[in-house]
Amino acid sequence: MSVRVAFASRSSQIGMGLCAAALVALAVAPLWGGRDDLQLLSEVYTYVALASLWNLLAGYAGLVSVGQQAYVGLGAYILFAFAILAGLSPLWAIPLAGIIAAIVAMPVAGLVLRLRGHYFAIGTWIIAEVFRLLASQVSVLGGGSGISLPASLVIAIASSRQWRDFIEYWIALALVVAVLALIVLLLRSRYGLALKAIRDSELAAACNGIDVLRTRVLVYIITAAATAMVGAFIFLQRLRISPDAAFSVNDWTAFVIFITVIGGIGRIEGPIVGTIVFFALRQTLADLGTIYLLTLGAVAILVMLTAPKGIWGLIVESFGWQVFPLERSVILRDRRGVSEQRSGG
Amino acid sequence: MERDREAPMIDWINVILQGVLVGGLYAMFAAGLSLIFGVMRLVNIAHGDLIVLAAYVALVTTETLGVGPLTSLALVVPLMAVIGYALQRLVLNRTLGEDLLPPLLVTFGLSVIIQNGLLAVFTADSRKLQAGDIEVATIRVFEGVYVGLLPLLQFAIAVAVIAALQFVFYRTALGRAFRATADSQSVAQLMGLDNRHVFALAMALSLAVVAIAGVFLAVRANFDPAIGPARLIFGFEAVIIGGLGSLWGTLAGGVVLGVAQAIGAHINPGWQLLAGHMAFLVILAVRPEGLFPRART
Amino acid sequence: MSEPPLLAVRHLDAFYGDFQALFDLSVDVQAGEAVAVVGANGAGKSTLLSSIAGLIRTRRDAVTFDGATIGGTPAHTIAARGIALVPEGRALFPSLTVEENLLIGGQLKRPGYWNLRRVHELFPMLAERAHVPSTTLSGGQQQMAAIGRGLMSNPKLLLCDEISLGLAPIVVRDIYARLPMILAQGTSLMLVEQDVVQALKATQRVYCLQEGRVALAGAAKDLTREAIAAAYFGV
Repeated sequence: MSVRVAFASRSSQIGMGLCAAALVALAVAPLWGGRDDLQLLSEVYTYVALASLWNLLAGYAGLVSVGQQAYVGLGAYILFAFAILAGLSPLWAIPLAGIIAAIVAMPVAGLVLRLRGHYFAIGTWIIAEVFRLLASQVSVLGGGSGISLPASLVIAIASSRQWRDFIEYWIALALVVAVLALIVLLLRSRYGLALKAIRDSELAAACNGIDVLRTRVLVYIITAAATAMVGAFIFLQRLRISPDAAFSVNDWTAFVIFITVIGGIGRIEGPIVGTIVFFALRQTLADLGTIYLLTLGAVAILVMLTAPKGIWGLIVESFGWQVFPLERSVILRDRRGVSEQRSGG
Repeated sequence: MERDREAPMIDWINVILQGVLVGGLYAMFAAGLSLIFGVMRLVNIAHGDLIVLAAYVALVTTETLGVGPLTSLALVVPLMAVIGYALQRLVLNRTLGEDLLPPLLVTFGLSVIIQNGLLAVFTADSRKLQAGDIEVATIRVFEGVYVGLLPLLQFAIAVAVIAALQFVFYRTALGRAFRATADSQSVAQLMGLDNRHVFALAMALSLAVVAIAGVFLAVRANFDPAIGPARLIFGFEAVIIGGLGSLWGTLAGGVVLGVAQAIGAHINPGWQLLAGHMAFLVILAVRPEGLFPRART
Repeated sequence: MSEPPLLAVRHLDAFYGDFQALFDLSVDVQAGEAVAVVGANGAGKSTLLSSIAGLIRTRRDAVTFDGATIGGTPAHTIAARGIALVPEGRALFPSLTVEENLLIGGQLKRPGYWNLRRVHELFPMLAERAHVPSTTLSGGQQQMAAIGRGLMSNPKLLLCDEISLGLAPIVVRDIYARLPMILAQGTSLMLVEQDVVQALKATQRVYCLQEGRVALAGAAKDLTREAIAAAYFGV
């Protein structure tokens, strides 16, 4: 009897095919889309990326953070620091932001992972506050009121505004594809299996030799680095930074959490679905700010109480679809060559 | 400004005293939080926003009824207690269980809703409750050292509130019910205790304390809809510094936080908040169980 | 029998998730009686008590107590009706002192013979150690405290889950010696036990469970050791 682990299912084969087609269409968006379309799409990509990363941390690693804005702002400030102080091209600064953020995340993880559950959440918020306060103290980067990216560096990306838009659009697309690919690869690796085990039962996972803390630290650092890169890009596009904007709880945590909850926590498709819903609502409601946040918060609460697996969770339960090939099935083939497939979760 | 070279010590004493007194306020922020976590393992992320909500309720009460802040307590405290009971019974009880995501996310959503609701009704303008002359009165402790009467009063009331909570917890049937339900929900039911009701009473008590904290806040400083999260953070830091499971420890934690902030502010006004966070992070790094943790888990 | 039983369990099925623990179970307790439920581990004895006490949901008419169908009602309302469960393993509240454990047993304030003073008379060592944390008591003392806590609500029916578990025989005999006093004050007893000998001596009727079913039922004095062993082990 032979045993093989397969990831793809019929549904995910179809899903991946659709994704590939969509990707091609989106890659050539500069051909068919106007400036506003490209900007909207870039925003969608950044939110998909941020929400997917938050989902990885909370839904898969069980670390519910309300302080990821710490790394959005950190990445952004690293980019601006290298641009303003060292004249480094912003395009190089994005991956650099990821690396530096990973290094910063190590001692932070050491501190904040001493807290469990709810206390961990508030601890992450405090870390974000500390980052924000420290940023306000750095006067060379504008202190409390912020600073703009020097024009010379902006021009260095591309001489024409149109090409700058195209390049920034492609960076955004590349970032979100990279983030999703990273998450899929991580979940398919033995770390992904470890995460699933920890999610099901921490005690049982530990008894089976999984180093729970190390797995969580790893995920925390990876998420921090990726979030920082996205944050660096967001503020590159905005051309201007300030502590309140870079470390905004509303923009980088509230929206992200609501998107993921409504879309579906703990499934990779969830944040994508949630982001689409979020932006569809925003386009139709048009009125941003207070009432919109209020409604979003209420909807998120309702979803959490009545359908905790979110929209995608409901779809999975009703139809058994999956888009990304992540469900592990064991294929048993007996001596006669007859195979039987059993899937787990 | 010229500093009197002979009395920098006096400056520091004043600074530390102020820090101690503001610590009482922080302990008030923290007490309700600590209570809820002790009874039902719930951290209410909307806690700070509920304090701000109480401040606005007090504002409306004083303005429409024309009464002073102290009198407004007679309305604000019962009202917030009822809100707490309803909130727990209707919404939060449904989030309790093994998974920590639902209560965390629901209270986070609540925090956003309260903030934006207050913003919509009251706008982002800073408000403040007037308490009259008491706000500027000072008491001379000894030569050159003064404490504000209002902060002193608030500290005294904070101590009284914590003593009252201790009394409720350890000397009343209600407190027994809280502790028993926290130990084991199922065995508590065997005693005839309805968990849903016990939890709702705990939240009602917590919000009664929040109401007092809100009125204190409103009298002491300017407030607006956005300052809730910072109050939550101060309360949380006070709990962690002081040690989980001990209300007097929370008072100590609040005092440590207040003093750290005061010292930081005295060195450089922009460092006030950072100094407090640093104190918290240091405790987290070297003594994570807090300064005065309760011996039992 | 002319009078309806105090407790009537009829056709009770009980589940833990998908796993069925009890199958079509029916048992009775008459007012003033002491009934034993014996059986091996996993036979379903604790599940039976949990179902009666309301910790496990059941069909409405599966459990009738004092004339009313109580199946599926919440545990705290069942406690208010006069059923007290002394849980397996004592389950005293660790955050409470010995006396506080007793007091919370009396939370319901049902009228009756038992109060703090009378529970202290029944178990004098509880009075001596009133204000210590309940976790510092020995196993036997904890068992007495748990029984005392159950009595404080003046129940009509006291359910005891394996009170002999983990205790030395002399301690078990000491505890069982007090049961007649409890019966004398009007509280009926259902004792779940693995110690069949003690159970037979203390009760009038016995049920023997095996894999979730009643394998044997009868008067304690009528059943032979052989019959019980057979029913116990299912041979």
